[in-house]
Amino acid sequence: MFKFLRMLGLIGVFFGGLSLYSEGGKIEILGAGATFPYPFYSKLFDVYSRAYNVRINYQPIGSGGGIRQLLNRTVDFGATDAFMSDEELKNSDMEIVHIPTCLGAVVITYNLPGNPGLKFTPDIIADIFLGKIKKWNDKRIKEVNPDVNLPNRKIVVVHRSDGSGTTFIFSDYLSRVNEEWKKKVGRGKSLKWPVGIGGKGNPGVAGLVKQMPGAIGYVELIYALSNNMPVGMVKNKSGKYIVPSIKSVSLAANVHMPSDTRVSLTNTEAQDGYPISSFTWLIVYKEQNYNGRSKDRAKALVDLLWWVVHNGQKYAEPLHYAPLPREAVKKAEHVLKSITYNGEPLLSP
Amino acid sequence: MHYRNPVREIYTDKGFRTALFLSGWIVLIIVVGIFVTLILNSLPSIKAFGWRFFVGKEWNPVLESYGALPFVLGTLLTSLIALLISIPFSFALSILLGEFYKKGILSSLLNTTIELLSGIPSIIYGFWGLFVLVPIVRTFEIKTDLPPYGVGIFTASIILAIMIIPYSASLGREVISLVPAEIKEAAYSLGATRFEVVRYIIIPYARSGIFAGFLLSLGRALGETMAVTMVVGNANTFPEGIFSPGNTMASLIANEFTEATGNLYLSALIEIGLVLFIITTILNVFGRIVIKKTGFEGGNQ
Repeated sequence: MFKFLRMLGLIGVFFGGLSLYSEGGKIEILGAGATFPYPFYSKLFDVYSRAYNVRINYQPIGSGGGIRQLLNRTVDFGATDAFMSDEELKNSDMEIVHIPTCLGAVVITYNLPGNPGLKFTPDIIADIFLGKIKKWNDKRIKEVNPDVNLPNRKIVVVHRSDGSGTTFIFSDYLSRVNEEWKKKVGRGKSLKWPVGIGGKGNPGVAGLVKQMPGAIGYVELIYALSNNMPVGMVKNKSGKYIVPSIKSVSLAANVHMPSDTRVSLTNTEAQDGYPISSFTWLIVYKEQNYNGRSKDRAKALVDLLWWVVHNGQKYAEPLHYAPLPREAVKKAEHVLKSITYNGEPLLSP
Repeated sequence: MHYRNPVREIYTDKGFRTALFLSGWIVLIIVVGIFVTLILNSLPSIKAFGWRFFVGKEWNPVLESYGALPFVLGTLLTSLIALLISIPFSFALSILLGEFYKKGILSSLLNTTIELLSGIPSIIYGFWGLFVLVPIVRTFEIKTDLPPYGVGIFTASIILAIMIIPYSASLGREVISLVPAEIKEAAYSLGATRFEVVRYIIIPYARSGIFAGFLLSLGRALGETMAVTMVVGNANTFPEGIFSPGNTMASLIANEFTEATGNLYLSALIEIGLVLFIITTILNVFGRIVIKKTGFEGGNQ
């Protein structure tokens, strides 16, 4: 009996000591969501935690996951390339705000011998992913790529198996440029794909395309570049074939951004803009006092977000993401200043 | 000297029995609780789709129209094919370790290996499948002019087969090693060969136990999630052939649960879980009936 009590006492002291240890340490901020900007966030959060007394834990589980985890209040911020719709925002009991962080491109990547540079029109892309164009040497692809020796090979479509903002951007684009896609499949983070296999996350899709001869998939630009995979040129609204790059993505962002920063850039009017570009956002609750969160934690979060849209922007270009245009930064600042704790804004105006 | 206190003994005895009963009831309550929770949370989906859910071929989150048939098919296909592939191996292992090599170095080696197989975490199986098995299947598909997915129903079935071998092998081994020596010796004394003893004495005797082992394996295969989701191809459509990609119920839930925004979507996924639960239960009950029937005949020879 005495032995038992003594053991309990020791265990209590042990855990008590442990909790003391973690209390006195850094603040840990939790985030989850999109894989689209993950390489950028990964770098950002690493740099930030070295410079400041804050540790950031980000889980790339897909945009859908990020939204859900924020709604469940298990994370401090979510990350999504599909901004929350009015309906989704209504489902949340507390107001959620969007902060844009950078711009990226959804590119068409494929696996063909010799890694040729291919041109795609919007209808060709739609029909490939609808399963109507089944072979690489289909005459429509040949028509647009007369100089390329296309093999007589079946096209293997790769899409996302998880709920993805990248999928949303891609399907949003296809819904704007192709009526059949709009009717048959539509836009969303999870879709009823007519053909193809699913990979988990951007890395999953890139991995599958890289391994299967004749495969085609859609990923964020950096995933194709870092795996030395070819990237297709896409014909934009003005009729030009655009190579996805920081420049062409930045040009696509030349649109009016509403004050809540939710805007779609696909099928841009910009003459030299890449048509499948998008902002990506971090989402947080406007009123930060919930679930017993401390003011310090809320302040740390808002400071992090402020840094991301200002000093953090210089890390975008080396990773082939486009930094935020000035107008977007101004709108983001406005949103950040509206974040409150107990009604009081956390950032001084 | 330690006196036995009769009063305390009665209480300890009663207490012991109460504790046993309690554990039994708790398990029962948990299982029923799970079933009830599944039903309650699937209600929105049940109300929206009714029986059409079970025959619906489309899984469409955009239109919010959900049908479970492709996944029921995927689960049954992968599990049954896995069972078929594993049967020769686990059967052979059971006989080898239960009859021929009950002791010795080879016996220890094989037994340990089987136990190791069962201890490997399923996600490791998934990785192994993705990096080793998928390229092999892909090369085969390229050679036979099939689409070079690599992933698919077949690959998932192979991984599952490897994972479930230990369950039926060890149960089979136990039952075979428990065949009474007397009836075996009686057979030998009548001039039976080793093979004849195995075929006509051991197998019939251990038949129900071996079958129970297969049932255990099947149960494991039906619910396996991580290894399957990495190699099955995640295509929410009807598999056209054995090498097509497909999806299973468990894999679908793992893929889409974390981000199912919207009540109907979530409820439909939970209903998939309910369907899986029901199918597993039905197969279990069916198996038990078969075991009882064959056990009666086999054990009472």
